[in-house]
Formats: sequence, C-alpha cells, structure tokens
Amino acid sequence: MNFKQETLQRIDEVITHYPVKRSATLPLLHLIQEDAGYISDEAIEWVAQKLELQPINVFEVVTFYPMFRRKPIGRRHVKVCRTLSCALMGGYKVCDEFKKEFGVELNEVSADGEVTIEFVECLASCGTAPVVMIDEELHEKVDTAKARALAAKIKSEAKR
Amino acid sequence: MPAPSQRRLIFQHIDEPGYSNDLACYVRNGGYEILKKSVTRKPEEIIDEVKKSGLRGRGGAGFPCGVKWSLVDRKSGKPIYLVVNADESEPGTFKDRYIIHQDPHQLIEGIMISCFANNVKQAYIYIRGEFPIGARILEKAIAEARAANFVGPNILGTHYSCEIYVHRGAGAYICGEETGLIESIEGKRPYPRIKPPYFPAVLGLYQCPTIVNNVETLCHVKHISDMGGEAFSKIGTPNNTGTRILCVSGHVQRPGYYEYEVGKITLGQLLNEVCGGPLPGRTFKGVIPGGSSAKVLRFGEIFTLKNKDGSTRTLTVEDIPMDFDTLAACGTMGGSGGVIVMDDSVNMVDALANLNAFYAHESCGQCTPCREGSLWMKKITARMVHGDARAEDGALLNSVANQIAGRTICAMGEACSWPTMSFVAKFGDEFKAYPETKNAPKSTDALELV
Repeated sequence: MNFKQETLQRIDEVITHYPVKRSATLPLLHLIQEDAGYISDEAIEWVAQKLELQPINVFEVVTFYPMFRRKPIGRRHVKVCRTLSCALMGGYKVCDEFKKEFGVELNEVSADGEVTIEFVECLASCGTAPVVMIDEELHEKVDTAKARALAAKIKSEAKR
Repeated sequence: MPAPSQRRLIFQHIDEPGYSNDLACYVRNGGYEILKKSVTRKPEEIIDEVKKSGLRGRGGAGFPCGVKWSLVDRKSGKPIYLVVNADESEPGTFKDRYIIHQDPHQLIEGIMISCFANNVKQAYIYIRGEFPIGARILEKAIAEARAANFVGPNILGTHYSCEIYVHRGAGAYICGEETGLIESIEGKRPYPRIKPPYFPAVLGLYQCPTIVNNVETLCHVKHISDMGGEAFSKIGTPNNTGTRILCVSGHVQRPGYYEYEVGKITLGQLLNEVCGGPLPGRTFKGVIPGGSSAKVLRFGEIFTLKNKDGSTRTLTVEDIPMDFDTLAACGTMGGSGGVIVMDDSVNMVDALANLNAFYAHESCGQCTPCREGSLWMKKITARMVHGDARAEDGALLNSVANQIAGRTICAMGEACSWPTMSFVAKFGDEFKAYPETKNAPKSTDALELV
C-alpha cells in the first residue's frame, strides 16, 4: 500500500491510544480514506495485518458505517442533510438543485470526476436548516439560490 | 406570563464576540480554576456534590448522573474508563456542536473533574464522524491542556494522571446508544449489548467499569463542582435541576439554541415568545419536544395530570414546562432537548415518512423486530406518499410499531416506533384522509418531505 509518510506516522501514533489494537480500526480507516479516497480490498487486508485481525473483522466495520466508501468519489463531496428539520425548510429542493447544477444523480461521480452528491441523515445543525456539508465545511441556511452559488464556486475552483 | 430570561451556564460564552476556542482565552475567563480547586478535594466529595445536585443526563434518558456514577464497580481491580458521548445524532439536537466548536476547554475541564472524581485514568471522547473540524478542535484543545499540565501525567502537581483521546465515529446513529458506542470504540460494528449483564458501570469498555456521559452533562459537572451540589439543585425545579439547552428547529420565526432553568419555561413561551411564534400566516400544528424519537404533541390536545395531593390539573401543549417529569407525564419526553416544530403546511404522513426513512437507515440490524419493523414502517409510509395510500394504513403502521417497542436489545426499538405510534394516535384523521388529500391540488410552495 502506498500511503503518504504522514499517514503512516499518524497510524502508528493512533494505535498507541488504545490498550487493544482492534480499537484502532475506525481511526485507521479514517486515515486511509483521507489518504486514498476510499477503502480498497488491499486496504482492508493491510489494516487487518497491522492490527493483527482477520480481514473479515475490518470488512464488517467498513460495510457497516455509512461514511466509509468502497470506491472513489468525486474530488468534491457534497452532503445535503435529508432529515426532518432540514426537509421542513426545503432540504429536498436544495438536493435537487445540486443534482441539476452538476447533472449527476445521488452517490454517482460527475462526468468530469469533480463532484459526488450524497443525501445524508441529520448533520446536527437543525437550527440553521437546511444545511449542506461540502467536504469538511458546513454551509447553513442553504436555499436554492445559495445552492447555485455554492455550485458555481465549486465549478470555478475546478477550472483553476 | 412573559417568558423568563435565559440562564446561560454552559452557553455563557457561546457566540460572545472576541471569545475564541484556544486555551489562552479560556484561562483569561477563569478557565481551569475549578479543576485546580477540585483536585485538592477528596474525589468522593465531588461525587457527593453531583449526587446532591440532582443532575440528570442530558443525552436522552434523563438518568441521574450521580446514581450512574455510584453504580460503577470500584472493587473490580480493573481500570475505570470515562467515555464522552459526543455522537450528537438525534435529529433536532445541535447543542454539543457549539460547545465543541466554540468552548472545547469547558468540556475538557468537565471531563477532567469527572475523571478525578471517579479515579479514571483514561477518557475517550467519541465524536460523530460528521464533525471533522470539531474533532480537530478537540485534539488541539487537549494538546494545549496537556502542555499546560491540565491533562496527562501528574496534573497540576498532584499524583493524579489522566489522558484523553478523541475517537471519531463514522456516520452511524446507533453509536449514540452507550453500549453500541463502546463496541464502536472496541473497533467493531456498534451492535448494542444486552443489559444485564453488560451494564457499562460493571462490564463496559474492554469489559471494565465504564461511565458514559453526554457532553452537556459533563459540562454541568464543572459548574456543580464550582457552586456545590446544593446550589445547583436550587436552579430549575425539584427533580429537574440545573439549566438545559433547548434546540428549536423547524417552523418558527427564530430557531436556535436557548439555555433555560429546567422546567422554568413552558413550551408555549419558548415557541411563541422566545422563538417568535409561527411563520407568517401559519399556525402551529405539531411539535416533537425532545429529539425525533420523542412522541409528537398535537396543538389543541389537553393533558389531565395528577398532582401529588391527588387532585388533577389540565394543561394545553403550550402550558407544558420544559422539564423531564411533566413531559413524561404528558406521554412524551424531554429527551435530548431537540424541539422540532411543524406548522399547518405540513402533512403529518409526509413528516412521518421522513422520520421512518431515517430510522430504517439507522437500525443496526441486530434485532429482528427493529430491523424488519423500521423497514416496513418506512416502506408503508413511502408507498402512501409515492404510490397507493389506503385508509387502513394508519392501523397497519400502528400494528407494526407495537411489535417493536419492548422487544429489542436497545432503546432503538422504542426510538423508531414511538414516532409512528404517536403520529398515528394524534393525527389519525390525516392518515385516514390521506388517499384523498394526497391528490388534492397543493400550493406552489409546498415542500417535499420524503
């Protein structure tokens, strides 16, 4: 596996946080996903070996948690909140607007490889609904106009 | 009666201009002074203060914190762990986000006092995966506190040592359930454990005694250690002590977070005065008072409650004080403090369909009634909205819900079935009429909810 030096260092460090190596499964998967973009079969084998587990122990974790991916996504990850408080304020419309702007269906990668849109469950910012997370950044009170502006920004950054 | 003013203990510095989340700012505002005083006391004294304070857990169940601590097996010879539940995932709840992002040292001070009181040497903060920035802020804050000798080996010149690590979740609601959370820290699927025998206080993380507390609860411990349990118990109302953060979302003029003494503000004051009432031209229809799992209340319903002396009193929805006990007596719960408001633009079948999709997605799949039941409730409400609705669907939904609650390992069984039970019970007329109303012309601003 070709991980960045920094990732490998952080992996070795985080394992020391726990009295039982297996506990480092989620932290390792996060670090690997940040590095490689997704969790491959090889990554699962690698984590299992690193933590002295069977690959199935890692595989069952990867497949359970919604944030872990088995394949690459677009360079930008747009997560629109779907749950009630956001829906009451127009979350579904916002999601449709993003899909229209990028011409892509949910969980797919846009043709230019730039964007994946996901409709996720509660992001815990219900008081500023509807909310959207773009990569790590939260955007609040997103209406369709703001969704278009955010999409335009993503597009302009892609061209650079 | 006009609404009382807010009493901000936990949120004292939230949104304060110039207040930043670094150690220097926290210390400038008196930070870690209470920890310094606490480590000069006997640990049992702090536990006693927490018991006296009457503090009830702010995560959902409202279990007394002091009792939780006193159940910890201290004779096992095994290490005791503290796990901070920062997996804020209950729809409608968004308080911990602000504590973590804007005032992380308050949480760390609360954690260290709680750890000292319970002789904990290792704490883990389990933060939901969707807070990546929050996780980094906490890690930075812990590093700052460690450098200043507030966390780590021999804190503040004592012989007491305690380490804190941040552990990130990965998008699963069930990790908010304490035993599921423990499984998740152990690196497994977060399947909740059966109680007995796996009470965390006895057989928790790594089969060691473990305390699992909510972020807001641990922040309160700091203030209790400061003012004393007696003084804290005088804030709020009897058996519902302290302040609590109410998170209001949905159809009000001013959604947001508000900290009040528990039980001192009514639901009506909160929604009509503090939050500015309904949106223009609208009226309130339903409110979920304690996170999406709490049973919905219908505006207009009347509750007849028994007083201690045997007499009765009647309350409207607006009259209900925002505490633990009255909300429970009204058939719902204070839960996590997340208040979701729906006005007359909402069709309750659509709203329930939204929630059912959430619970079906989040059931861990361990227990058949919850795994299958939550999926069927989702399928039935989705069919009602997008396919054929039948007048008897409400009864069908109710029969599914009634076969889940009480038949599962964890409280997810109740969490997923209470919305369906209460929506059908309170708004049965809308479920019956849905085959007709769903095809009626809708206003242009009508929103899709599922």
